[in-house]
Amino acid sequence: MFPLDQLVIGQKAVIESIKTDFLPLKLIEMGCLPGNEISLLYSAPYRDPLYLKIDEAHLAIRKEVAKYIMVKPLMDD
Amino acid sequence: MIKNLNVALIGNPNTGKTSVFNALTGLNQKVGNYPGITVEKKQGSCRLDRVTKAKILDLPGTYSLNASSIDESVVVELLLNKNDPDFPDVAVVVTDVENLKRNLLLFTQIKDLEIPTVLVINMADQMRRKGIKIELEKLEKKLNTNLVLVSTRLNSGVEKLKQILIDYKSISTLPILDPNTIDQDYFENLGKAFPNQSLYKLWMVITQDVNFTRLERQKVPDSTQFKTQPKSYLKKLQQREIIKRYQTINQILKETYSVNREEATDLRSKLDNLFIHKFWGYVIFFLILLIIFQVIFDWSSVPMDFIDSSFAHVSEWTKTLMPSGILTDLISEGVIPGLGGIVIFIPQIAFLFLFISILEETGYMSRVVFLMDRGLRKFGLSGKSVVPLISGTACAIPAVMATRNIEDWKERLITILVVPFTTCSARLPVFMILISLVIPNDRLLGINYQGLTLMGLYLIGFLMALVSASILNRFLKLPNKSYFVVEMPNYKLPLLKNVAITVWEKTRSFVVEAGKIILAISILLWFMASFGPGEKFSNAEQIVTQQYENEAFEGLELENKIASFKLENSYIGILGKTIEPMILPLGYDWKIGIALITSFAAREVFIGALATIYSVEREAEETIKKRMAGETRNDGSRLFNLPTGISLMLFYAFAMQCMSTLAIVKKETNSWKWPSIQLFSMTVIAYLSALIAYQILK
Repeated sequence: MFPLDQLVIGQKAVIESIKTDFLPLKLIEMGCLPGNEISLLYSAPYRDPLYLKIDEAHLAIRKEVAKYIMVKPLMDD
Repeated sequence: MIKNLNVALIGNPNTGKTSVFNALTGLNQKVGNYPGITVEKKQGSCRLDRVTKAKILDLPGTYSLNASSIDESVVVELLLNKNDPDFPDVAVVVTDVENLKRNLLLFTQIKDLEIPTVLVINMADQMRRKGIKIELEKLEKKLNTNLVLVSTRLNSGVEKLKQILIDYKSISTLPILDPNTIDQDYFENLGKAFPNQSLYKLWMVITQDVNFTRLERQKVPDSTQFKTQPKSYLKKLQQREIIKRYQTINQILKETYSVNREEATDLRSKLDNLFIHKFWGYVIFFLILLIIFQVIFDWSSVPMDFIDSSFAHVSEWTKTLMPSGILTDLISEGVIPGLGGIVIFIPQIAFLFLFISILEETGYMSRVVFLMDRGLRKFGLSGKSVVPLISGTACAIPAVMATRNIEDWKERLITILVVPFTTCSARLPVFMILISLVIPNDRLLGINYQGLTLMGLYLIGFLMALVSASILNRFLKLPNKSYFVVEMPNYKLPLLKNVAITVWEKTRSFVVEAGKIILAISILLWFMASFGPGEKFSNAEQIVTQQYENEAFEGLELENKIASFKLENSYIGILGKTIEPMILPLGYDWKIGIALITSFAAREVFIGALATIYSVEREAEETIKKRMAGETRNDGSRLFNLPTGISLMLFYAFAMQCMSTLAIVKKETNSWKWPSIQLFSMTVIAYLSALIAYQILK
């Protein structure tokens, strides 16, 4: 388990836990909840912001917020 | 008897809600503001059948009822206030077939307010391409609602929606989620404190200001004061509510909604690979900007020249047709040139809004936000500042309003403060006429020098915006919370109808709003130029005739001398003369001074003012441009030469000359402090840079 900002581009993971006090509610509304699948699709230069697919939503957040989302990578089969 | 029905359109951003609105109302719509705040209020009407008429309100896009901006709180406030004249008889929640799960979050919240709620699943034409299958009847039953599949692109489903609206009384108002499942203790206590009321509505009223802190919100009329718990606890409950709702929604969708990924064609990743490429992404963005500015300069000049000369003709024509007198003068020298100064804007504004709305509609704008965020953050801005900065090239007013979706207050404030540096369309006519006067109309490798100068002015505006932003970033002491979330919507072909309506609506309201000010000032100017205090003005003819007694001036030349003597001694002339010492080092004479003073109300008045001043002075048979080119200094050289032209362009590039922008900044920041700072510092910057430029070039 590690923070989301350490995910490799193209990698899929599952959200394990979120530090809710540091996350905007909007992010949670868009599906950033434990148990949902998350993948890092792209990043802008310097790996910030991050372009994610969370559940079925496509969105971008900044690295500093991504630190508060803990993920467990899914093994490729 | 015609029945009237209130319908509210609600939905997440990027669901095509506006397309549904346009499909229902066509051009029967009007845009205004909610009283007291600057949120755009879009309303339209639609005939449902022979006896039913619907008043349709297009509410601002929102992801949920947990409002975090003033736009979103408008939605909640309306839905909680039964006494509001716009309170909906029926709510239509517009969702995007591809993001149904997320969109249903908002749907279930609204349904739980016990308002009859229709579910529109929009962009149905995308279903096959994305491999989506929905069991409609089952979904309808599970959600206990009336559902309709709509494709505004194929124009299908709209008639069915109308039928459902007519029959709105049969729509179930049963809630979906029982609030007690969120937190039993809390909601039991709430129920005891306010018996016989809907728990969910109470909860909505209580949590209205949990996320929404910065801006003052209006009170919900029957607001309750049940605040036994701190905000952080309420936020936890909100999260639990979201989780509960998603659990319910997932359960329902599992049985009714399926996506076959293999059938999906992935346009998104193909285009994203290109548009947000770490190198090519930026090149493409820059090229798009370049094309936009070339088109605006090259394509707009044809209709603009036409408009310019037409107004000169009309002005002349009125003079010959109407009996001479003060009314004719007012019309031909005050009103018509004033109107011309407004109409001449239309081509450029329309082009700018055309491009901006295409960039927004296609989904490309979000990619630009993504690309620019990191870079702009260095200056204290956000990636989301791109939208205001680009909209600012049309007009600072919508740009300041577009800052609302910037989550961080400091980033938002800095964006508001620097956005008036971007070259708005009000500066364009000033630039265009100055460029055409002092920059040669030649080409180098197919690139027009004049177009290049215009692009340079845009760049200088952006640069100044960035420089001031980083200064503000250093000195503004405000907490910085990085709540940046931006949705990356699917790429779409823009709907022609949407683009056309946006362009029409924005251009129209700009022309009307700016037009009122320009027209009023033009008329005032004309009066101030046509009358003056004291002997010198009333006896002008005598004085001038005596002065040139010994010189053999012919009729017309003498008349001109009289006219300019009169202008010098009119009210406006005295005003211009008073400030002349201040502006002489910038290369301006007192007539430009007059235009400068009046421009502080609105920049675009510059041309109208000069037009009024020069046509008062001489015969109105020439166009504005020719008149300006003919102006000379005391030594006989051209007044509008390169140094003065550049100096003026820089002054107009940086000065804060727009009352409407100051007013909107006051509204959005809730204090006079920020607009005053803006006015003062921008004017100082403008003066100094114009001074330096003139002194070097002269």
